[in-house]
Amino acid sequence: MIGQLIFGVLFIGAMALAIYNARNIFRNIQLGQDERRTDQPAKRWKAMLLVAFGQKKMFKRPFPALLHLFVYLGFCIINIEMLEIIIDGLFGTHRVFSRLGGFYAFLIGAFEWLALSVLIGCVLFLTRRNISRLKRFFGIEMTPWPRTDANLILIAEIALMAAFLTMNAADYKLQLLGAPNYARAGAFPVSGWLLPLLPDTIPTLVGIERFCWWFHIIGVLIFLNYLPYSKHLHILLAFPNTYFSNLNPKGRFSNMGSVTNEVKAMLDPSYTPEAAATPLHFGAKDIQDLTWKNLLEAYTCTECGRCTAVCPANMTGKLLSPRKIMMDTRDRMVEVGNNIRKSKNNEQKDDGKSLLDDYITREEIWACTTCNACVEACPVNINPLEIIMELRRYMVMEESQAPASLNTMFGNVENNGAPWKYAQADRANWVKGS
Amino acid sequence: MNELKIPTMAELTANGETADILFWVGCAGSFDERAQRITRDICKILHHVGIKYAILGTEENCTGDPAKRAGNEFLFQMQALTNIQILNGYEVKKIVTACPHCFNTLKNEYPDLGGQYEVIHHTQLIQQLIDEGKLKAEGGESFRGRRITYHDPCYLGRGNNVYEAPRKALEHLDAQLVEMKRCRSNGLCCGAGGAQLFKEPERGTKDINIERTEEALETQPEIIAAACPFCMIMLRDGIKSKEKEQDTQVLDVAEITARANGL
Repeated sequence: MIGQLIFGVLFIGAMALAIYNARNIFRNIQLGQDERRTDQPAKRWKAMLLVAFGQKKMFKRPFPALLHLFVYLGFCIINIEMLEIIIDGLFGTHRVFSRLGGFYAFLIGAFEWLALSVLIGCVLFLTRRNISRLKRFFGIEMTPWPRTDANLILIAEIALMAAFLTMNAADYKLQLLGAPNYARAGAFPVSGWLLPLLPDTIPTLVGIERFCWWFHIIGVLIFLNYLPYSKHLHILLAFPNTYFSNLNPKGRFSNMGSVTNEVKAMLDPSYTPEAAATPLHFGAKDIQDLTWKNLLEAYTCTECGRCTAVCPANMTGKLLSPRKIMMDTRDRMVEVGNNIRKSKNNEQKDDGKSLLDDYITREEIWACTTCNACVEACPVNINPLEIIMELRRYMVMEESQAPASLNTMFGNVENNGAPWKYAQADRANWVKGS
Repeated sequence: MNELKIPTMAELTANGETADILFWVGCAGSFDERAQRITRDICKILHHVGIKYAILGTEENCTGDPAKRAGNEFLFQMQALTNIQILNGYEVKKIVTACPHCFNTLKNEYPDLGGQYEVIHHTQLIQQLIDEGKLKAEGGESFRGRRITYHDPCYLGRGNNVYEAPRKALEHLDAQLVEMKRCRSNGLCCGAGGAQLFKEPERGTKDINIERTEEALETQPEIIAAACPFCMIMLRDGIKSKEKEQDTQVLDVAEITARANGL
């Protein structure tokens, strides 16, 4: 009874905390500007099925994709096991699903194989990060915290899987010894290997089984509440993020409607602009100027670094790193969100900081070739280029702070209709040489 | 080929005629000496197959692409609305461009602003003409068995998923097409996009065009095929700085096609 009570309190407490965290994330995302991403639902479902469920883009690199698939399948399917643990915990039952009989044995057997594959996957992932030290896991934005974060997640998953398998092994041994409350149920193809390592006395085995059971469920509840502070949110957000993907060709950049009105009025004085909300300013200086989708992407990023690895600017030693753009956007968003929650009337006080300059430098922004390699590389359809473009727009249209040579180019386009200093009248001179 | 007569939309309209397709030359194609040769080759191809085309001539203006990518949306839309007025004035329906940047901008960014046209890149036109049997790769230089590596321009490849047309145009010549390590959707940028062509690169350890040129040279090509005047500039600079001008030339797919047909 006491066990059930403790479990109930822990479970409800953890869920309440998780809901609180989720609400803050949702509110932070809502700090962004509106953008419609609900058209063409059929295409959106397809994108989500292929890219998030099917992990299509991961398979550009087959080896990590396979390891990731193990961990992903393990994570998805072991959640069924979690359901049993929660019911057992709340109602004081033991292996409540065991009444499913043969199917239960199949399930537990499958979970065990998956748990083993998750274990192997995570160990290899740790090796890649810490021993073979893959280049893309390093870089200026990969400061000690993001690297620790990644290792913590992998270690936590290894610990959870180890506890799950040890729990099953102890349970199995208790079943074989005919201990009371441990009726024969399930199949233990992997944890069976651990039997010789376990003691033979029933009370010790019960102790091990119970410890692992509590360790596993408390570990999962802690993990659930660690997620919002970690890079690991992609396990949930990859799904909405791919559903709300940009469905346009990657080469197409948004046309700013607010600019269209002004330009039309400039070209034709008799033009009366359509009523459109004029933005505070053009482009983005801080996270509130970005769209909610940009902000959702910042939370979705799991810092794998595939974007940075293919960035032509980054690989030739420039400061720009698309992963840093996403990480900075998230850090700034969390900072702004926390400021708002700390203030009296839930208002944002100017803290004298902004995404541009305090997080992302101009040197980074100007190094981009807009080649879309980062967008193509992202396994969950994150678009760092959109943020880069919005920051450029702010610098150019609000501050007139473009590099001098670009200002010259603007002048040429405006006056000569070409980015170089040639006269418009000479534009067809090449015909004469034909 | 000094006789090539290149009509403008203004001339056609004055004679009460129309064109089937507008050839959008672009700024590089109009002013850059190297790109002008590509422009003429595209005209020769159009002429050779008997397509009724025209150019805008001095009425053509920068599409606004470099302004937009550099963050100057005002200037981009001024260019776009001006161009759309001219294009719609001539009731243009179909456009072929010599530049992936013009192609992308006209195709993807003009429709919202009132300019709706069927826009194709010249490599797509060449592929269509080959498929229709109008271009045969005969009567000119033979490319059979010659090593060619094709460099995907970002705004044609990743930007608009055009990967096959240029390759088919080259395969048609029985050339030996060798792919670079990073090709198609993984293709590496030449370093010119996003208005980088018009500014000095940020400080770093290497120039992007050198990185790409080295990768291209690894395939030991006789020809590096390009499909973008900006890539052409960057790759030629790369070849020059690697002192490989004697062994490897950079040619546009249109130039290769024109040569193969003796145009």
